[in-house]
Amino acid sequence: MIAFLTRRLSFGVLVLFTLSAFVFLLFYVAPGDPARMIAGEKATAQQLAQIRENLGLDRPILVQYASFLGDALRGDLGFSYRNQQPVVDLIVRRIPVTVSLVLGGVVVWLAIGIPIGIMSARFAGGLRDRLGQVFILIGLSFPTFVLGMLALYTLYFLPRKNGFVLFPPGGYAPLLDDPLKWAWHLTLPWLTLALVTAAIYARLTRGQLLSVLGEDYIRTARAKGLSERCVVYKHGMRATLTALVTQLGADIAVMLGGVIVIEQVYGLQGVGSMAVQAVRNQDRPIIIGVVLLGGLFIVISNILVDLLYAALDPRTR
Amino acid sequence: MSNAPSSTSSSDAPEIVQRGAFALTMRRLLRDPATLISFAFIVLLSLFAIFAPLTEIWTGHSAIEQYRETGMTPMGLPVGPNGSFLMGTDQLGRDVFVRLAYGARISLAVGVLASLAAATIGVTIGMCAGFFGGWVDTVLGRIMDLVMSVPFLLCALALVSVFGPSLSLSVSVIVFFSWTTIGRVIRAESASIAKREFIQASRSMGASNLSILIRDVLPNLAVPIIVYTTMMIPSSIVFEATLSFLGLGIVPPTPSWGGMLADAGANSIYLVAWWLVVFPGFALLFTTLAFNILGDGLRDALDPKGRKIVRRRKSRKNRTTTRKETAQ
Repeated sequence: MIAFLTRRLSFGVLVLFTLSAFVFLLFYVAPGDPARMIAGEKATAQQLAQIRENLGLDRPILVQYASFLGDALRGDLGFSYRNQQPVVDLIVRRIPVTVSLVLGGVVVWLAIGIPIGIMSARFAGGLRDRLGQVFILIGLSFPTFVLGMLALYTLYFLPRKNGFVLFPPGGYAPLLDDPLKWAWHLTLPWLTLALVTAAIYARLTRGQLLSVLGEDYIRTARAKGLSERCVVYKHGMRATLTALVTQLGADIAVMLGGVIVIEQVYGLQGVGSMAVQAVRNQDRPIIIGVVLLGGLFIVISNILVDLLYAALDPRTR
Repeated sequence: MSNAPSSTSSSDAPEIVQRGAFALTMRRLLRDPATLISFAFIVLLSLFAIFAPLTEIWTGHSAIEQYRETGMTPMGLPVGPNGSFLMGTDQLGRDVFVRLAYGARISLAVGVLASLAAATIGVTIGMCAGFFGGWVDTVLGRIMDLVMSVPFLLCALALVSVFGPSLSLSVSVIVFFSWTTIGRVIRAESASIAKREFIQASRSMGASNLSILIRDVLPNLAVPIIVYTTMMIPSSIVFEATLSFLGLGIVPPTPSWGGMLADAGANSIYLVAWWLVVFPGFALLFTTLAFNILGDGLRDALDPKGRKIVRRRKSRKNRTTTRKETAQ
């Protein structure tokens, strides 16, 4: 178990290392002069040289990369070219929005996806299975931003045109200020995120449960005279959980790195929309910071998934 | 389901025809209306894309020209669908219908090209990893893990911010982050094929590794390759549309569906002009839906073993014949 964890941890370090080298090299070879981006078009050659020296841009690339890595390990990702604020502070300020969006979305999509998957598997071939399959296909095919825009149009704009406010047009209200307002603002983003993602979970639950229900130990459970409910939920779902956990770990990690599209549609000022703005402004330290943060989330969640695995499935212990 | 009419064993039974794998697959496909409809939709869409210039001639509108007099209200707002503009105009007074046709070209071209390229890479690497095993497998498998644990949309953002948005960059990004899906499947399949007797037989007859890979392994991977490549097309299309939607894909004013939706989303103009979301949005939805259904249908038709569901009914009425015709 410890050997296994060490292996996973070192792979995580490798991922982060590769990622940091990738973004660093990318911006090193990139056209465009960072000093010019900070100082603006009118800067003199002397000012530019001064900025380069301050940023250490006149040093060899390996030295620059090493100092960048060292700083990053100490939690210092440099300063935004745009407003000279520390990148870490800027990111930390945006995290609550993204975390609220993703965690709320997880609850909703699990609450929709898993029951549909179970229903589909239990009544495989029947009408309810067909309905489940239709849900899965549509969910898998619906581009997030199209669903988001349609939801805003039908649930925000149409009611407002007819004189009542059902949902806000977007934006974010901090949880600690007013939990109700927070939930009200995030309902549409949650639903959008959940409906698209729930399909993946419904399909996964259905597929796993169907294959599990064909196994011998399920027959034994039935032969013991256990109720159908007990067989499906206690014996069947237990084996399905590991697959769900894997998928969930990957999804949460990727989404924390940026539910970019949903933040964009609903005007939420989260990490993802910050990355998009940074690309428009050519604000490289922020882009590097967000990419590394995304990688960090993925690595952490991979390790958490492995631990959960061991807890759920005694065979891996 | 039995494929040959074996139940008619009486003397007046027609001659028994032996059907090849292709004929059987076609029979199964032709019995699946959802797949047929999807296929028809894709054919129509391709025709729409190929003959996009005809829509220009027919409507008399160009895809990028702005019709400020006829295509906008005196207030400067886009006009809705009417006789002249079949699907209305956008915020600059451009014809949505013509743009939709040209956007279809981008979506289909990117979707198909990126999927084919990703499939080529994924199949090659997956086949080598699965067939050779050992350290080759370890290294290639690790590379796949590495690519899969990268936040791809964020890396795409970083790449675009450096090189600037373009069609070729979009395709490369999509290919780079999607070959692993098919790569993993092919790796597992080739690993099991590599253990089969006919591979040993080939080897004993002096066939080289390359010859075994191409003449023995590859043909046996035809089904997963066809199915997974088809399934990759819709995700590539959505990926491209997402990049364009974020302003990181196709460069305006070239029409693309994602870009049209981004234009509609800018300043929330779509709230007063529903056609800006509905037409490109549903075009995108129906296209991905059609490819997904086609992929499912192809899998069921090519690999009928996969869809049999072994299940028991206990609480329900005891049926003697279990229906195994369930999809998936």
